[in-house]
Amino acid sequence: MNVEVFDKLNILANSAKYDVSCASSGTKRSNTGNGIGNAAAWGICHSFTEDGRCVSLLKVMLTNYCIYDCAYCTSRRSNDIPRATFSVNELVNLTIGFYRRNYIEGLFLSSGVIRNPDYTMEQLVGVAKELRTQHRYNGYIHLKAIPGASNEQIKQAGLYADRLSVNMEIPTEPNLKMLAPEKDHQSIISPMGIIGAGIIENKYERKINIKAPKFTPAGQSTQLIIGATNDTDKSILDLSANLYTGQNLKRVYYSGYLPINTKDTRLPAIKEPPLKRENRLYQADWLFRFYHFSMEEIVSDSHPNLDLEIDPKLGYALRNPWLFPIDVNKADYEMILRIPGVGVKSAQKIIMARTYRRLNFQHLKKMGVVLKRAKYFISCNELPTPTINELKPENVRKILLEPTPKKLKVAGDGYMQLSLW
Amino acid sequence: MEIYIYDKTFEGFLSVVFYAFETKTTPFKIMQRGINQSMLFSKEIQIVTELEKSERVWNGLLKKINKKNADMIYRVFLSELPDVELLLLNYIQLVFSYKRSVFGDFGNPIVAEVHDIHKRVSREAEHTLMFVRFKKTADNIYFAPFEPKYNVLPISIKHFKDRFADQKWVIYDTIREYGYYYNLFDVQEIRFVDSNISRSGDIDKSILNTEELVFQDLWKNYFKSVSIKERSNKRLQMHNMPKRFWKHLTEMQ
Repeated sequence: MNVEVFDKLNILANSAKYDVSCASSGTKRSNTGNGIGNAAAWGICHSFTEDGRCVSLLKVMLTNYCIYDCAYCTSRRSNDIPRATFSVNELVNLTIGFYRRNYIEGLFLSSGVIRNPDYTMEQLVGVAKELRTQHRYNGYIHLKAIPGASNEQIKQAGLYADRLSVNMEIPTEPNLKMLAPEKDHQSIISPMGIIGAGIIENKYERKINIKAPKFTPAGQSTQLIIGATNDTDKSILDLSANLYTGQNLKRVYYSGYLPINTKDTRLPAIKEPPLKRENRLYQADWLFRFYHFSMEEIVSDSHPNLDLEIDPKLGYALRNPWLFPIDVNKADYEMILRIPGVGVKSAQKIIMARTYRRLNFQHLKKMGVVLKRAKYFISCNELPTPTINELKPENVRKILLEPTPKKLKVAGDGYMQLSLW
Repeated sequence: MEIYIYDKTFEGFLSVVFYAFETKTTPFKIMQRGINQSMLFSKEIQIVTELEKSERVWNGLLKKINKKNADMIYRVFLSELPDVELLLLNYIQLVFSYKRSVFGDFGNPIVAEVHDIHKRVSREAEHTLMFVRFKKTADNIYFAPFEPKYNVLPISIKHFKDRFADQKWVIYDTIREYGYYYNLFDVQEIRFVDSNISRSGDIDKSILNTEELVFQDLWKNYFKSVSIKERSNKRLQMHNMPKRFWKHLTEMQ
């Protein structure tokens, strides 16, 4: 490795860091026996940067040269920044060298668009292919699918990568047109459709022939930039819901807009990225995917934006006081999941534990259920305590908003991947 | 008041359980042999480790609870927390007194505590997978010193054996002064003779592979360049990556 590689790594990691996806989960790839590596189904974080975000993958761009000029992107062609391009060999050596030292779970490779989308995709596929076939590398690979690349190249990519992603970036079409006139939503949705169809097809194929090669086993994801445009949380979350159900996406990432382009008047002048809003969107996303909430229950036309002061589940409970208190000894799982402060794990514990005995506050505390918020919304085997109905929603809100010392700031997806509450 | 003395091994502990069931007694304390802490007014009973007896206890457990739940007992044992043996003996007594599996009875304080310790031990084992950092030596062995809070290497090494099947490696617990060596075929328990290395895990730069420092620099370089200044949140970093691991983390040097 020469000095040049240091500079390249600097430049190309810098350009890639705004992609917030860090997951290395969702795939279980065994070591081929004499090769390098495997992929753990749950994903492993290896380090945490000063911003508290997880480092799981070597996240770099193949090149940050780009023919496009999207206002929100640091690699836009009109931006005056140092540019570089990795060779396949350099990338392979870096990935394997890092992997063998247990620095990373694998490679996340993205790219600016050079010559044309299909050519760019071909370069990305080339790196993945080299790793898998020449170096018998079984670690994780996440590739960007380049909008406008041919079906053939995208299908190739799916054979070598664990996950593919196409970034939507701007939630609504008119705003995308404004900031990136060379792009449109259709060109983004179209590769998603190809990948989605490929995954479904592959599932059937593997049912018939278990030895058929896997296609994008960890599924696909996308990213939305928050706060660069005037889109409401409702339009963002409706889009997410569509992507989860319509396109079968595994993850939608939300990335608070960083003022990386201060000269362009089409973009808002902000001092700090909207981290709190980003965090609330992740919580809403979690409610939709793991807590059986519908998006209409979280945001609606009457309140199109999430409350920044309280989490969306608490917000839902305060708007619907008549559903409470929930009896933890009788209510079904779905309802227990709706208690503010009670996570999936706690809910499952409650369901199990109550088959042995009737639960009281002491039991709940002992098994690790956080009662700070929950206590206003439950009843259990104990004398009744004041709940939301006696105290009234506005007072419960006031009590819970009182500042507590030592509150840990949780930003975005940087928190451990499963415990958002 | 009886005190059982055993040899600190898990098999030894299961022999303790066997003895307690056989004599229908519950001791006041279960202690390791060699720890000089005689107590007034108590009677010490030396329990000899007998594999046949430990196996009978283990098989008996497997009849009442599934393998995963039985493994939980082993993992909790690895916490080496004060009086964890007595807690586990109480737990095993529950296992045999229940008609069904005790696993889900989170309302019982003993069951809840076993679950709680299990969670902490599992988290520490996860930390191993996350924060072990290998250094490549001149003779092509990847070496990683580590300081886990609990004795979790025995439950972590399978992961490394599967993942790094084509490289020789050593993971060494410098607190408990023992480690594991994988020689491309199987994993062996080892102890360094040099007590200095054994305690610190520091190896001399001269025995590192020539490319090692280059990769360390590349990694540090990468780590710095991916942090987003505008989002700085060092408390969250510290929460996710506790300071006690920093000593052996390449990127934090």
